[in-house]
Amino acid sequence: MSIPTESITELRAEGITKRFPGITACDGISLRVGRGEVLALVGENGAGKTTLMNILMGLYQPDEGKLFINGKPVRFRSPNDAYAAGIGMVHQHFMLVPNMTVAENVALGSKDLRKAFRLDMEEARRRIRDVSERYSLPVQSDAYIWQLSVGEQQRVELVKTLCFGARFLILDEPTSALTPQETDELIALLSRMAGDMSIIFISHKLAEVKALSDKITVLRHGKVVFNGDTADHSPADLAALMTGHEVVLPHNECAEGCGEVLLSVKGLKVRSDRGHLALDGADLEVRAGEILGLAGVSGNGQRELADALAGLRKPESGSIRLGGKELAGHSPREIIGAGMGYIPEDRNTEGIVPSMSVKENLTLKDFASKEFAAGPFLKLKKAERNAVDLKERYDIRCPSISTAAGSLSGGNIQKVILARELARAPKVLVAVYPTRGLDMGAEEFIHKRLLDLRREGVAVLLISEELDELMNLSDRIAVIFKGKVLKTMPAREATRRHLGILMAGIREEEDVREQDL
Amino acid sequence: MNKTYKTIYSAVVIVLAIVAAVGMGAIVLVAIGVDVSETYRVILTEPLKDMFGITEILVRTVPLILIGLGIAISFRSGILNIGAEGQMQIGIVASAAVALAFPDMPKWLLLPLVLLTGAAGGALWGGVAGYLKAKLGVNEILSTVMLNYIAAQIYGFLLRGPMIDPAELQTGSGTPQSMRLPKTAWIDRIIPGTRLHWGIAIALVLAVLVYILLWRTTWGFKMRAAGAEPKAARYAGIKVESCLAAAMILAGAFAGLAGAVEVTGVHRRAIEGISSGYGFSGIVVALFGGLHPAGIVPSAFFFGLLLIGADMTQRALSVPANMVLVLQGAVILSIVSAKTWLNDPYARDRAVRFMTRLFGRKRAPESGGGRRGRIAR
Repeated sequence: MSIPTESITELRAEGITKRFPGITACDGISLRVGRGEVLALVGENGAGKTTLMNILMGLYQPDEGKLFINGKPVRFRSPNDAYAAGIGMVHQHFMLVPNMTVAENVALGSKDLRKAFRLDMEEARRRIRDVSERYSLPVQSDAYIWQLSVGEQQRVELVKTLCFGARFLILDEPTSALTPQETDELIALLSRMAGDMSIIFISHKLAEVKALSDKITVLRHGKVVFNGDTADHSPADLAALMTGHEVVLPHNECAEGCGEVLLSVKGLKVRSDRGHLALDGADLEVRAGEILGLAGVSGNGQRELADALAGLRKPESGSIRLGGKELAGHSPREIIGAGMGYIPEDRNTEGIVPSMSVKENLTLKDFASKEFAAGPFLKLKKAERNAVDLKERYDIRCPSISTAAGSLSGGNIQKVILARELARAPKVLVAVYPTRGLDMGAEEFIHKRLLDLRREGVAVLLISEELDELMNLSDRIAVIFKGKVLKTMPAREATRRHLGILMAGIREEEDVREQDL
Repeated sequence: MNKTYKTIYSAVVIVLAIVAAVGMGAIVLVAIGVDVSETYRVILTEPLKDMFGITEILVRTVPLILIGLGIAISFRSGILNIGAEGQMQIGIVASAAVALAFPDMPKWLLLPLVLLTGAAGGALWGGVAGYLKAKLGVNEILSTVMLNYIAAQIYGFLLRGPMIDPAELQTGSGTPQSMRLPKTAWIDRIIPGTRLHWGIAIALVLAVLVYILLWRTTWGFKMRAAGAEPKAARYAGIKVESCLAAAMILAGAFAGLAGAVEVTGVHRRAIEGISSGYGFSGIVVALFGGLHPAGIVPSAFFFGLLLIGADMTQRALSVPANMVLVLQGAVILSIVSAKTWLNDPYARDRAVRFMTRLFGRKRAPESGGGRRGRIAR
């Protein structure tokens, strides 16, 4: 695969239909992308975006419908066919081998660079150089992937795709793991590249869609519900089109909470799995009836803090107090008993037991309590009634309460977790990236519940990377960098720019320079 | 309409799996030059023709149920226990030793003591693997397999040395077996003249108890949660390590008890080779029974039938009894593949659509039950 020269002037999909068990993922979808155009594809989770892209990439065969490139019908039997035609995709989760260099990763994916017993590294480096000069995408060919930041890895993915000869890019939620600064850089880069090629850009974040795209296609339940020019529509219009109803993400508009301090973390030091002090003397205070947002690029000690708060990681030193009770180093059971609610980062493996039923997952923390057990015996009827009740109250959409929780959508899994935690009437709730990867409808639901909790006098610690989420919900925002809390400020005074700079580890505005994270 | 097609799909997959298993066995049978259909007829029907055959099947069923139950507990708790064979051997020597040590004890005291010692011996052996897994994260597959070797050596050493029947030394035949156990340590036979003993009742009662343990008690809840997703269990305040250790101890106890029941009910002395692979067949029994007591009991009977049937074909048609191992292997392969197909909603959906197209009639709009791409494994 040398870099092909014939460009793609038009990619057209007509009447694409793809059925999966119990659902029609794509239902007669048609779209068209011309040369130099950026098409944003938006829609809620499960709207069919990813399925459609997988069809464009030859991973799935459509049940009905046709694809045309430059007016000629094409059929992709595998991703190789799609690559050969010049279409390249950057997946949401990076497809890179961490303990190989950038050049090796590129060579690995290029068939013609795989010689009998070795990879043609010289040619790989040459191609990387070509691509990075042509699109001003700086990458170091010989750096190992694990040495690179998330933003740099994103660039490597782009370079890799371009080295494969892509003249038509598909980007699946490319900004989901980036910091605000990295996101801005990526958007700028993509706008530059758009002069030369066509791009399909999948995103939840309407601000990015507005900034980057020329045209927009909105999918809902597998159908195209809207097609038009981005410039003519406001983000609020688009959100309403995506969800089918007006979406108003709630704001925290009350006066700052000034209850007693319920959760206080002092000088907390926690080691990461690799042994270094990931949390290096962090201090936090969360008051009753307050949401404290903890901003920071992931990997700056949030996981270790959350683990320590859940009792899963023993702190080296420091204290965690919940309502005056010292909890540092105590067992998860004791911490749960003290009134700590917890929404873990990875909802599929930490929040629920996927193969157990919704009903069982709703009693996962209380199955042995007086309410749900008599001695060693489970009160199955009680658990059943509890589940029926919570399903109703939290609008958990599942075929039945005996369905395996892991088969639900992300939003519904999060509702199961939320229902379980809130039903326990916690004093403190720690929510770790609670809306990551969720669509706007689910996000709205979670945000409303968090604000309800605040009103009820619960102390909420919200750990997030989403600045909008933090600024909308928090009373105060703390910024964590390299295991220390750099600054805590009232949310009213926080600006995106200021938070972004603090998240990059710079305390004073004057020091702002172009910084690589 | 769709539901009917889905049922048809499942039925077809299961039938195909059976055909595949039978077919794989047939290839081997053809290769050794025997009559395929006659062999299968003998294996599957001959043992069921008289009282002797049926009681002998049940005699084999007892240890298979007991071991299968233990395997189900450990697999459900996320531990792949391959060590039932060794745990059973330890159970055999432990129970035999206690029975021989207290020949004068009354039966009501000695027999329960002997059975409990067998269970305790197995529990100890399983517990070693459980402890290593919980404390040091030692892979349980490795540790249980290695413990099998050690158990086999201990077993051989004891029966050839300290525990050997003095009569064997006098006559000089030196068969590795212990003295006959005192009658007070025997499990009674149910039907005189056959070897069927009351151990079957113990096995059936325990099957019910295991069901209650796993699905009706807080301990079972903990163990299943810890086994299915240890991370979520930890976040929920469950001590996963204790669950692993407890599951291994229980699984070992069941295998040890199987050994004790086998020695006190059937052979009435410890003899080399009486564990005879039950520890491994028990894993197949448990998997074939869906790791559920209600499946394990019939599944144990089925494998008991295969074992006796294989013996009979050896006598009637001179087909080696080891054929049954080939069949076991074939059954495992086809179960595993069939499960993949049964659990694959994509394949099922495609098949249902295919059937709909074949047999006409408009497809009713489906209610959206499952959700694309998020199907539980």
